[in-house]
Amino acid sequence: MDSFPWLTVLIAAPSAGGLVVWLGGGVIRRHARHIAFVWSLAILVFSLVLASRLESWTGDIQFAEQVEWIPSFGVSYAVGVNGVGMLLIALSALLVPVVLLAAWREQSSPAKQAHYAALVLCLETFMIAVFAARDIFLFYLLFEAMLIPVYFLIGSFGGPGAKKAALKFLLYSLAGGLVMLAGVIAVWTEGPGGPEGFLTTSLVGADWGSTQAGRLIFLAFFVAFAVKAPMFPVHTWLPDAAQAAKPGTSVLLVGVLDKVGTFGMVTICLPLFPEASKWAAPVVVALAVVSIFWGAFLALGQNDILRMIAYTSVSHFGFIVLGIFAFTETAEIGSSFYMVNHGLSTGALFLLAGFLIRRRGSQDMSLMGPGLQRTTPLLAGTFLVVGLSAVALPGLSTFVSEFMVLAGTYQRFPAAAVISALGVIMAALYILIAYQKIFTGPPREDLAGTGDLGGRELWAVGPLIALMLFLGFVPTPAVDLLRQPGADVARFIESGGPLVEADRLLGDAPEGDQP
Amino acid sequence: MSAASLLSALISASPGASLGGSLGAPSAWRGAAAAAVVEADISIDWVTLSPVAIVLGAAVLSTLVEAVGARRSRDGVAVQPAFLRIVQVGIALLAVAAAGLMALRLALHVDEATSLNANGAVTIDPMTLYLQLAIAACALLGLLVIADRTVQGEDAFAPQAAAVPGSDYESQARRRGMTQTDVYPLVQFATGGMMLFPAAGDLITLFVALEVLSLPLYLLSGMARHRRLLSQEASLKYFLLGAFGSAFFLFGAAWVYGATGALRLTDIAAAAALPSGLDPLLVVGLVLILVGLFFKVGAVPFHSWTPDVYQGAPTPITGFMAACTKIAAFGALLRIIYAVGPGLSWDLKPVLWTVAILTMVVGTVVGLVQKDVKRLLAYSAIAHAGFILTGVAALSSDGLSGSLFYLFTYGVATVGGFGVIALVREVDSQGHMRGEATGLDQWRGLGRRSPVLAGTFALFLLSFAGIPLTSGFVAKFAVFQAAFGAGAAALAIVGLACSAAAAFFYARVIVAMFFEPAADDQTAEFETLADGIGSAGVGIRTLGLNQIAVAMSLAFTLVLGVAPGWFLNFTRGLSQLIS
Repeated sequence: MDSFPWLTVLIAAPSAGGLVVWLGGGVIRRHARHIAFVWSLAILVFSLVLASRLESWTGDIQFAEQVEWIPSFGVSYAVGVNGVGMLLIALSALLVPVVLLAAWREQSSPAKQAHYAALVLCLETFMIAVFAARDIFLFYLLFEAMLIPVYFLIGSFGGPGAKKAALKFLLYSLAGGLVMLAGVIAVWTEGPGGPEGFLTTSLVGADWGSTQAGRLIFLAFFVAFAVKAPMFPVHTWLPDAAQAAKPGTSVLLVGVLDKVGTFGMVTICLPLFPEASKWAAPVVVALAVVSIFWGAFLALGQNDILRMIAYTSVSHFGFIVLGIFAFTETAEIGSSFYMVNHGLSTGALFLLAGFLIRRRGSQDMSLMGPGLQRTTPLLAGTFLVVGLSAVALPGLSTFVSEFMVLAGTYQRFPAAAVISALGVIMAALYILIAYQKIFTGPPREDLAGTGDLGGRELWAVGPLIALMLFLGFVPTPAVDLLRQPGADVARFIESGGPLVEADRLLGDAPEGDQP
Repeated sequence: MSAASLLSALISASPGASLGGSLGAPSAWRGAAAAAVVEADISIDWVTLSPVAIVLGAAVLSTLVEAVGARRSRDGVAVQPAFLRIVQVGIALLAVAAAGLMALRLALHVDEATSLNANGAVTIDPMTLYLQLAIAACALLGLLVIADRTVQGEDAFAPQAAAVPGSDYESQARRRGMTQTDVYPLVQFATGGMMLFPAAGDLITLFVALEVLSLPLYLLSGMARHRRLLSQEASLKYFLLGAFGSAFFLFGAAWVYGATGALRLTDIAAAAALPSGLDPLLVVGLVLILVGLFFKVGAVPFHSWTPDVYQGAPTPITGFMAACTKIAAFGALLRIIYAVGPGLSWDLKPVLWTVAILTMVVGTVVGLVQKDVKRLLAYSAIAHAGFILTGVAALSSDGLSGSLFYLFTYGVATVGGFGVIALVREVDSQGHMRGEATGLDQWRGLGRRSPVLAGTFALFLLSFAGIPLTSGFVAKFAVFQAAFGAGAAALAIVGLACSAAAAFFYARVIVAMFFEPAADDQTAEFETLADGIGSAGVGIRTLGLNQIAVAMSLAFTLVLGVAPGWFLNFTRGLSQLIS
């Protein structure tokens, strides 16, 4: 790999674009959304090129860069990706242009459009950077810094109650973040220290002094990630935020940002604290199962479409966490794949909800329908397909990941896997009931003249659906990226220590799917 | 009314009081010499003493200029008050800048500079030089804020502070366009005292420096142009409680002298290291001295003056005082604890822990319900004193360097924050500018009326809240990791919890500025508030000095947040005491 800082360029590019859009006047201001959209497409292409150049079969960190930053605290600017990080970066890069396209007419004035686009691009920088961070301190900084653009996206552009929801979101996240800060400080004081004391590579398999210390530090990180993910019982900020924010914001919030929580579990909790992860697994798995059902039950009871989707996400995050803490190869790969699929599926669902809300002027499902199917067949059809992807219908990519998670979990926690499988039925219930409420039945009188999906809207949702179908039939391109990292994590936990790492350092690559 | 008249008597005596302060320096070494009878010869190295000497010397010069200038203008002779003001501002800025540069020069050659000066009355060591540099930097920024005036030529100070509020004399002074230029010598005396405070090598010098820095501040607090009564009340409260604190300090010094027979800190440290039957006496004495210093840093339960004084004092003075006094007083606290404390750390730890936890919790919890921006920052200052105390209580070299770093970053952000407050004013329906709009309600919608100002203030608040990529975060990280590393994890965890809660009240201001509708629609609501406040705050135009100071503070806050490496190393290199 050459030494050109590809990742840094990828990280900086969105912000640079955002700055131009934000500060530019005249022509730039009038065409802010065009510029931002084209720029985000260019970034998507760039990230896909990087993904194609990733030597995924090694499972190693690639495109690595490392510069000393605050040596007296052991902090470095260190970035690099393996398959999991790369795929999530590509997901972020994909969702940003989609969101910009979906929000094309949402803001009235050019100034507001520019402001919105700039915030989204700024957020993209943080999203890409957080998935690339290889230094715990840097990760923490980005984890917290992401809050600021999201806070403004919810607070300034959201609907009624947005300020309150934005504040609730901020406080939950800050509280979680500060617990994590305690962990970060403890990593420094209890860990190996030194000028590279925060690099993940120097921390994998580190000796934390005592089992007790390791478990406490693990908990500090886990709590922050659980708030972010969000898991039962610290999920209550998500429905409020999703209800109040613009659907486009929710796409990024649920589709990408919350993945930082589960991504953190995979890349920080498990490799750094294998013993503590094993120790906590039973409780975490139990909480994950509760999340699956809690989210599903509450989704059933919602009338607000955005709240409903938020609760379905709580349920889906339960599956992801379940797979992560099953520690089997299949489950790890499945969970990582689930993160991507959930981003596509829930992202598309939020977008469609946004289109519905714009047409019907209400978020209340009982006011949207019934009988919308007659006037807007295309919208109904896409909603059904996207909804079924949330149910994990075979042929859609979500099925592959959900199946892998359940199959992998069954190998270690059969009871949990069996119970969780019932969650699929719940999913079918909440989606189909919502579909029934809105689209079927005799049409309301005031539905006449409701337009079907327009070209721009189709272009926003279409790629997501196409991708879900493609990955549903041919999951290999994505799974190949995830296979080796997933296998490594599983083996690492299984062996209970740095054995895998030692093997790798000696160049003795473990048996894997090498080409 | 008796309070006001007492205060005006105090203020009219200001030149005398300040001059008395300037004579403090000689009396300091006389005291030290008396304590150490063997050393008859007094040798002073003026080079290493120069940061203090320059500022105090310039302060004397300023007082003389004031005496000449003021008399002529009172006679009605046409001397431009503006001219006098420019001279005074010039002297003050030059003196503080020169002192800062001198401290920097000495700090860069710290090995040669380290010495006991004036027979041990003044300790020049790396920590002293660092703190002097920090104080000079913050004082320079503070002076810019103080010297600024609106385009209508109005500064933050009463035309005649000695005038009874609302009297004919006052309105006459206002009509004649008088300005209170003795603000500048007073600020210089205070700065000189502050620079001497952390350098003091014996208890007498420490006390003299304490008074030299405090007396001018008492006076300055009473000089606000608007809301005169509030300001005078603040001044009186500050004076009474400050005197109370000084008394504790002196009483403690007497106990320590009784226990050890020494006033010099090195001698006290030596005595403390040896076990003796008089240990309880010494511990009581040291705790009393610490109480005196806790008053100055505003630690709970000795904090009660802070909100009233911060609110009542002229805002530029609040900023200057909040930043520089905190640095100086913590400097002295660090010197006492790290120079004398090691032998007694087991006795002092419970005190430090209790005070640190109380300070963080009370500052944060009471801060949550404040409705006035200045009061809010006052409680924030209390909470920050608690955070710094966690670093102090770590009693380790990491704790020392963390506290020092925190002091500097907090000081700079504080000057900037109060600088912004000084720029947000009420404007009445005729478009006339009135006093500062400090009510939180009046800040609603500021983000739309003055976006740059509101954005800047938001960044300072984020730094106070300890949000990453601001200097406040790095500072918090430094002290908390020191506490963790030194086995004071409980302190660090309380600190983290308080940071989370404190973030809420900073966020409230940001929400008010950016997300809440402009206050115009709620004018009726304001009528009920004190002082007949009537309108929303709006950013005003001034000569620009304040904006320069705010911009520099902001630059520091962001640069030290993004790339703190070099400055952390600089701090670490200078966080040593003479042993």
